[in-house]
Amino acid sequence: MRPLKTLAIAVAVATAATVTQAQIKIGFVAELSGPQAPLGQDQYDALMLLVEQNGGKLGGQAVQIIKEDSQLKPDVANQVVDKLLEKDKVQIITGVTFSNIMMAVHKKITDKGVFLIGSNAGPSPIAGAQCSPYFFSTSWQNDMQAEVVGKYASDKGYKSVMAMAPNYQAGKDFVAGFKRTYKGGTVVDEIYTPLNQQDFSAELAQVASKKPDALYVFYPGGLGVNFVKQFQQAGLNKSMTVMSASTVDGTTLPALRDAALGMLSGTFWGPDFPNEANQKFVAAFEKKYNRIPSQYAAQSYDAAQLLDSAIRKVSGKVDNKKAFHAALKAADFKSVRGNFKFGANQFPVQDMFMFDVAKDSKGRVSLRTVSKPLVGHTDSYVGQCQMKTL
Amino acid sequence: MTTQLALSQILNGLQLGVLLFLLAAGLTLVFGIMSFVNLAHGSLFMLGAYFGAAAFAKTDSFLVGVFAAVVGAGAVGLLLDRFALTKLYERDHLDQVLATFGLILFFNELIRIIWGPGSIFMQVPDALSQTVNMFGISYPSYRIAIIGVGLLVALGLYLLIQKTRVGMLIRAGATHPAMVASLGVNIKWLNTLVFALGAALAGLAGVMAGPIISVQPGMGEPVLILTLVVIIIGGLGSIRGAFYAALIVGVVDTLGRAFMPTIMRGIFERNTADAAGPALASMLIYLLMAAVLALKPQGLFPTSAGAVR
Repeated sequence: MRPLKTLAIAVAVATAATVTQAQIKIGFVAELSGPQAPLGQDQYDALMLLVEQNGGKLGGQAVQIIKEDSQLKPDVANQVVDKLLEKDKVQIITGVTFSNIMMAVHKKITDKGVFLIGSNAGPSPIAGAQCSPYFFSTSWQNDMQAEVVGKYASDKGYKSVMAMAPNYQAGKDFVAGFKRTYKGGTVVDEIYTPLNQQDFSAELAQVASKKPDALYVFYPGGLGVNFVKQFQQAGLNKSMTVMSASTVDGTTLPALRDAALGMLSGTFWGPDFPNEANQKFVAAFEKKYNRIPSQYAAQSYDAAQLLDSAIRKVSGKVDNKKAFHAALKAADFKSVRGNFKFGANQFPVQDMFMFDVAKDSKGRVSLRTVSKPLVGHTDSYVGQCQMKTL
Repeated sequence: MTTQLALSQILNGLQLGVLLFLLAAGLTLVFGIMSFVNLAHGSLFMLGAYFGAAAFAKTDSFLVGVFAAVVGAGAVGLLLDRFALTKLYERDHLDQVLATFGLILFFNELIRIIWGPGSIFMQVPDALSQTVNMFGISYPSYRIAIIGVGLLVALGLYLLIQKTRVGMLIRAGATHPAMVASLGVNIKWLNTLVFALGAALAGLAGVMAGPIISVQPGMGEPVLILTLVVIIIGGLGSIRGAFYAALIVGVVDTLGRAFMPTIMRGIFERNTADAAGPALASMLIYLLMAAVLALKPQGLFPTSAGAVR
């Protein structure tokens, strides 16, 4: 009897061990505190939405999501990533909200042979020279959101455009991206405001006096709220077209409401997309969280869907890196944006759209699709990427 | 550079100036009278904006919002003074800086817990949502209202400090606290009153700024730095100094931002100018502060031995 009992215990222990082993550990890193937190929160909520819809599984395998806040501090991001890699031994990391955080952790994660599925930041170096087979993006390369606006301005035949952005790297990049695709007119003036400046009255007076055909702005987060409110209060919304990138989005519209009506914005996805995958996603997100999902949620939901499809393809054997890489690269899922595939640098090749701020069918202020200036758009840095094979 | 443009930029500068004055008045009073450095003044500005936005959203009345902001921030100031800060008055300035910096973190986190991390909605009241045309320019009427409110408060403070018995006690308490106390005035309550008054003014500034800037955690910090510049230029403890310095800082900052890039383009080539212009414009008020400190270390309107003016 005794040996049998020992054997039974051994079997039970072994089974328990395989169960824990079968559970795939996924690290989630994002900005979850401070003024940037709404972005990271949407990324997290959308990821968990799919995980919960699948009963705690992705690709048919139980997953454990380990959430970490990078606090928009590169040193903190480094610490939490070290913890995920060394202590938790995660096989996959997803999320990452800001470009400077991405630059701080990208090399560390990919060097370790851990897959990083970026669901927001897409700084140019990792799309170009520093591209890695272990990195996939389900969002965009930063410049894409500016390039679509430049193309839209060309299509509209605007002869003179003024540009406004905060005076830091991303601000300069977004203006450069706009100029890359804006043809047939000139950027008559570029105004760069200090990153901590809250009031744009002086700059708006300059804009009003120069009367350009359109104004191009990049003011992410709270800065965008300031800009849009003040633009509207100055009465400029009646006489001037504003084309924006990363300025009005699902996270700032609740604070702006009617003040943002009519603003144009360029990005890759909107909540009104008619495709079935999107309709399902938006309805489920609204039901669970009682708000309209932002693009950050959509990006992260696609990251979750990508993982779901790839884990299923390899039957949970994510340690077979070659096979898992091929499964990720295949991108065999129905993206909420419609067309989706990975380019050579493993950033999306996708259609880019223009939206305007309008009331949706329920009377809420939201983004409405206006046009599709760029079809099957590839980012501008893919040529600099020499992708290693796994 | 038309005269209309210059005029609207001067109005922008005045509007920023009076907003800074609302903040600086309270801060300089507290510093002048109690010799207390209160970095959490920006948090009271933030609380004012949140109280105002919440009350405005509930009642649809901007005036109720203003009332809630002023009373709410004043009450928080009163409680802060009585329960948290009294013990710090005797300590040196470094302790005060550290403790009030801790309060900034506390209030930012508190706001995040209650209202969430994103910015919340606050609009301009309907009656002031239009622009007015004057002297050939169209200017947002809400910003004109801010200028009006700021000037009214300045006048009110002047009358309060110079013409009333309370003002006289405040002035006396600043220079001779022991003497005032021996005459039977509760100097502690006088200090609390001054602190609450400063807090209420910060709350007023917050609710007035709410429809213009994003109401979010941490919104008080950038404006606090400008306020500190104002009270240094104006002279610590001087309300009159705070008033003039706020207007000077507001106008210099605005005109610098508006015209410095253009001026730089006239001197340097485009690329250099585009890099140097905004940088120099944002440095301008600090250069001004440095110049004032070099020439008049006590500020433009120094108070003699802590007297309040």
